[in-house]
Amino acid sequence: MSILQVLNLHKSYGKTEVLKGVGFSMNEGEVLSIIGSSGSGKTTLLRCINFLERADEGQILVNGEVIFDARNKNQLSISEQRKNQLNFGLVFQSFNLFPQYNVLENVELAPKLLAKERNDYKENKKEILASIESEARAVLERVGLSDKLANYPCELSGGQQQRVSIARALALKPKVLFFDEPTSALDPELTGEILKVIRSLAAKKITMVIVTHEIEFAKNVSDNVIFMDDGVIVEQGRVEDVIDNPQNERTRNFLRKLSDK
Amino acid sequence: MSGINEALGSLFNGFGFNCIIFFCTLLFALPLGLIITFGSMSRFIPISFITRTFVWIIRGTPLMLQIFVVLYAPGLLLDFPMKSRLTAVLVAFIINYAAYFSEIYRGGIESISKGQYEAGQVLGLTKSQVFFKIVLFQVIKRIVPPMSNEIITLVKDTSLARIVGIAEIIMCAERFTKQGLIWPLFSTGIYFLIFNGVLTLLFGFIEKKFNYYRG
Ligand SMILES: Nc1ncnc2c1ncn2[C@@H]1O[C@H](COP(=O)(O)OP(=O)(O)OP(=O)(O)O)[C@@H](O)[C@H]1O
Ligand SMILES: [Mg+2]
Repeated sequence: MSILQVLNLHKSYGKTEVLKGVGFSMNEGEVLSIIGSSGSGKTTLLRCINFLERADEGQILVNGEVIFDARNKNQLSISEQRKNQLNFGLVFQSFNLFPQYNVLENVELAPKLLAKERNDYKENKKEILASIESEARAVLERVGLSDKLANYPCELSGGQQQRVSIARALALKPKVLFFDEPTSALDPELTGEILKVIRSLAAKKITMVIVTHEIEFAKNVSDNVIFMDDGVIVEQGRVEDVIDNPQNERTRNFLRKLSDK
Repeated sequence: MSGINEALGSLFNGFGFNCIIFFCTLLFALPLGLIITFGSMSRFIPISFITRTFVWIIRGTPLMLQIFVVLYAPGLLLDFPMKSRLTAVLVAFIINYAAYFSEIYRGGIESISKGQYEAGQVLGLTKSQVFFKIVLFQVIKRIVPPMSNEIITLVKDTSLARIVGIAEIIMCAERFTKQGLIWPLFSTGIYFLIFNGVLTLLFGFIEKKFNYYRG
C-alpha cells in the first residue's frame, strides 16, 4: 500500500489557479523528486500537503487513511491537527531555525513540548527528557554536527544550518520528509554537504519528497520523478524514463534549457 | 543654610510625584499596551479599525491636551467630576504610553518572519506554543532598544503633571526663583540625569543579555 497518496489537489490564490488537479502516490522508503520551472506550483504543492495552505479541492491519504479532505470543512481539534501534521516533516529553503536556541535545543524543542502531553510524563519525566536528548544527539551526529551542539544558528554556515533543520525534522520521525529546494539558498560549494546528507537518508530508506533544480542530484538519489508545469503534473515515472528519455515536449524543453545553462 | 535645606527637601518631595507617575504608568501601560496590540492586530476588522484609530488619536495629540481632557471631561460632560488631579494625570499617562508601547510591540511582532511560525507549525507546535516558545523571546530582543527610548522619554514627561497643579520637581524648583535662587532649577536636571543614567545602564545590561545571538 502507498504510504502517501495525494489525490486531485487544487489550489487558487484569488483568481489564479496554481494547482490544477495534482495527484501522485509513493511507497515507503521511496525517494521522489519534483522538478519543474519556476512558478509551476512545486512549493504550493508541498505547502498544501504540509497544511501550511489549505487546498481548495482534493484529498491526502497516509497509509490509506484520509488525513485531509477539502470537502470536509469542520475544524479539527488541535490534537487531531497535530497528529495529521506530524505525519510529515518539512525542510525549508531558508532553514527557519530558531535563532535564540542552540543547535541541540533547536532539535529538542518540539519533541520535548510533545512529550509533555504523554500520560506518563510526570512520573517518568527524567527518563523521557534524557531519551529525547540522546535521540537529538544521535540525529545531529547523523548529519555530522556533533561538534556544534552548543552553537547558535548565527554561528553556523548556511550548509550547517540546513543540516540542523534536517535533523530537527528527523527528530520527530515523520513518515514522509519533504524538502523544498534545500540547497538553493546556499553557496554552490555548500550544496554538496546537504546532498550527501540526503543521500545517506535515502540509503537508510527514509521516505522523501525533494523539490530541486539539481537534475543530476535528482537523478542520482531518487527512484521516481515528477515533472510539473503550470500547476499540473506533466510527466511522472522512474528517473531513467523521465529524465533520460522524456516523452513530453514540455519536459524535453525544460531539461534542454537546464543543460544549456 | 535653612534655605538650602528647605529647597532640597522640597525638590525631593517634588520628585516623589515624578516617581509615582513614572512607576504607575509603567506598571499599567506595559500590559495595557499588549492588549491594545492584540486589538490592532485583530483579524476582526471593526476591532482593529477602532483600535488603530484610537492609537492614532492618542499619538497624534499632545499629552498635555489629554491630561486636561481626562481631568475636565468627566465633570463637564458626564457630571462626574474627577476627584483627584493625580488620578487624572495617571490615567492620561497610562493611556498615552500604552498607545506608544502597543505600536512598539506591534512592530516587534510583525518583524518576526512568517517562516518562524511555519517552522513551529510543521513541528507540531500549537499556536500558543509557537508564540510563547519561539516568537515572544525574539520580539522582546527586538523591542528593548525602542522601549528604552520611550521609557526615558516617560521620565522627562512626568514633569508635565505641573499643568494641573501637581507639585512635581520642576514646579517646586520654580518657586525658588521668586526668592532669587536659580540653583534649585538647575539641580532638578541632576535628578533627571541620574534617573535616566540608571535606566540607561539597566537597558544596556538587558540588551547585552540578549546579545548572545544575532537575528
Ligand atoms: N501566497 C500567494 N499568493 C498569491 N500567489 C501565490 C502565492 N504563493 C504562490 N503564488 C503563485 O503561485 C504560483 C506557483 O508558485 P510556487 O511558489 O508554488 O512555484 P514554484 O514551482 O515553487 O516556483 P520556484 O521554482 O520559483 O520556487 C506562482 O505564480 C506564484 O506567483
Ligand atoms: Mg518554490
